[in-house]
Amino acid sequence: MTLTLENVSLAVDGQTHIHPTDLALEAGTMNVLLGPTLAGKTSLMRLMAGLDVPTTGRILWQGDDVTGMRVQDRGVAMVYQQFINYPSMTVFENIASPLRLLGKSKDEIATAVDRAAALMRLTPFLDRKPLELSGGQQQRCALARALVKDAGLVLLDEPLANLDYKLREELRAEIPNIFREAGSIFVYATTEPEEALLLGGNVATLWEGRVTQFGPTPSVYRKPVDATTARVFSDPPMNFLDVTVAGGRVDYGDGQGAAAPAGAADGAYRAGFRPNHLDLSRHTETALAFECDLAVTEITGSETFVHLDHAGHRWVGLIHGVRELTPGARTTVYLDPAHVYLFDAGGTLVAPAPYAEAA
Amino acid sequence: MTDTAQAPGAATIPGRVTEAPVARRRRLPVKGSAVVMALYLLFLMLPLYWLLNMSLKTNAEILGSFTLWPRNLTLENYATILTDPSWYQGYINSLLYVTMNVVITLTVALPAAYAFSRYHFMGDKHLFFWLLTNRMAPPAVFALPFFQLYSSVNLFDTHIAVALAHCLFNVPLAVWILEGFMRGVPKEIDETAYIDGYSFPKFFVKIFMPLIASGIGVAAFFAFMFSWVELLLSRTLTSVDAKPIAATMTRTVGASGVDWGVLAAAGVLTIVPGALVIWFVRNYIAKGFALGRV
Repeated sequence: MTLTLENVSLAVDGQTHIHPTDLALEAGTMNVLLGPTLAGKTSLMRLMAGLDVPTTGRILWQGDDVTGMRVQDRGVAMVYQQFINYPSMTVFENIASPLRLLGKSKDEIATAVDRAAALMRLTPFLDRKPLELSGGQQQRCALARALVKDAGLVLLDEPLANLDYKLREELRAEIPNIFREAGSIFVYATTEPEEALLLGGNVATLWEGRVTQFGPTPSVYRKPVDATTARVFSDPPMNFLDVTVAGGRVDYGDGQGAAAPAGAADGAYRAGFRPNHLDLSRHTETALAFECDLAVTEITGSETFVHLDHAGHRWVGLIHGVRELTPGARTTVYLDPAHVYLFDAGGTLVAPAPYAEAA
Repeated sequence: MTDTAQAPGAATIPGRVTEAPVARRRRLPVKGSAVVMALYLLFLMLPLYWLLNMSLKTNAEILGSFTLWPRNLTLENYATILTDPSWYQGYINSLLYVTMNVVITLTVALPAAYAFSRYHFMGDKHLFFWLLTNRMAPPAVFALPFFQLYSSVNLFDTHIAVALAHCLFNVPLAVWILEGFMRGVPKEIDETAYIDGYSFPKFFVKIFMPLIASGIGVAAFFAFMFSWVELLLSRTLTSVDAKPIAATMTRTVGASGVDWGVLAAAGVLTIVPGALVIWFVRNYIAKGFALGRV
């Protein structure tokens, strides 16, 4: 089973929602569409499902052209961010409805529904109506309906976004296991890099209607092809700093420098690093020190977000522990050059951070 | 009254002494509102009562003396209506074209409202408003053209003629009401159903219609009410075979003068279907007046 997108694009009322995209998804894989809101995750997913017809390009399912085919004939399953169930049917009927349409026998339906309900822990609620369930149970009902259909392509559009934290953690751990057995192609849209990393599989990062990179999740995280991908695949977004390379050394300003990676010619570059790599104390011998103005601090309980202004760039640092800092104060932050990615002026990756290279 | 000085906990024990002042304090406002309510009901129900009162009297009593209730209780008037074809045929005609009208209205309005709620097309907003302007003209305006039109296509004096004529007023209202209800249903439900494998007709009947059931009820109610009450068009477009009850009632001056008792009984029987329909949809009426746009 493969789903192939060939040069697929979507324009609505003259506005481009999806730029021409090529993508090939393999059977039994979890594919995460990662991007901020309005990046085009849902649009891309609707194109894959066949709910929208692409403006250009073709969609191939197992090598057959399915562009413009009726959704009913596509054999896909989809779960929306909103909890979408059929309010007039019981939970049992909701889960059973795709099977009934496939013309399965009564016994088969009962067995399949019971299995799916047990997996989603909905067994005690089978006789209820969806609106009599909690939000998490409603979404589990929608997931069960997608699961029971045994579709070749399962699309999950931010299925956990409207759930509370605890339930999200629980379902996030379950979903890959549940769906892995089925051997279908899974597409999972999310705005959270952390979720993409937890789900594993492949990731396609989206930015303004473009797939910036597609590949195995850990490698995309470690070696983003450009600054945009790095920004998308980092929460809070990656921090940037203008640097110059001269004579095999990267000049970070303030007279500080570090050895330039091999292959970096002299010139202007952008250095990027993730918020969790900033520190308030000199944690390594080689650490670079930056003088910043502290703008805001946010304390989440075990971590502190510090928002810093440095030479026209807003940085965010994620510091362990609760720190009492006064906004407006001059602060020195430290950064290990091993954690610095180097992008050229156009944003293309020149050299990944040495630590990522080693991993 | 010494009991009022008890310890706080004692107040929970029911005792006549502590209850009495509460009851006395409450009774006075109840009295006032009861009077207002009674007056309101009196004025509201008086015409209805008088109609019922008349229908159970003989003509001699109606014309003779002023009586608050029938001295000679008789069901003769009702018997006349239910046995005389020229009377009961009127009810059958009315019910027939009203039912036809409700069915046609819903069959036409449901797909139309779905289109307005789900699709964008050129001029959709203007068309939607234009539909509603159809209701702004009084039925009398259309009496003449309809009469000429239906006569020339041999539809004069048929039930379908009246049913179709009433559609001009009922379809726009039904579309308006149903569109409001349909817009409240998220589009994702449609899409989920298609993804699950429902064809459009199956989705519409099995999934969608139950979701807007109250809207359909309200639309049917308004269509019924208009068609049941409307007199001018139905009288103009019929003569004998499809003559509605309201028209029959206006032609009861015989050689012996007006038959008051029978006329009153006919009035009572005319109210009954409307009252029944209201009883069935009473829970949805408020939502219907909001046209689903809550």
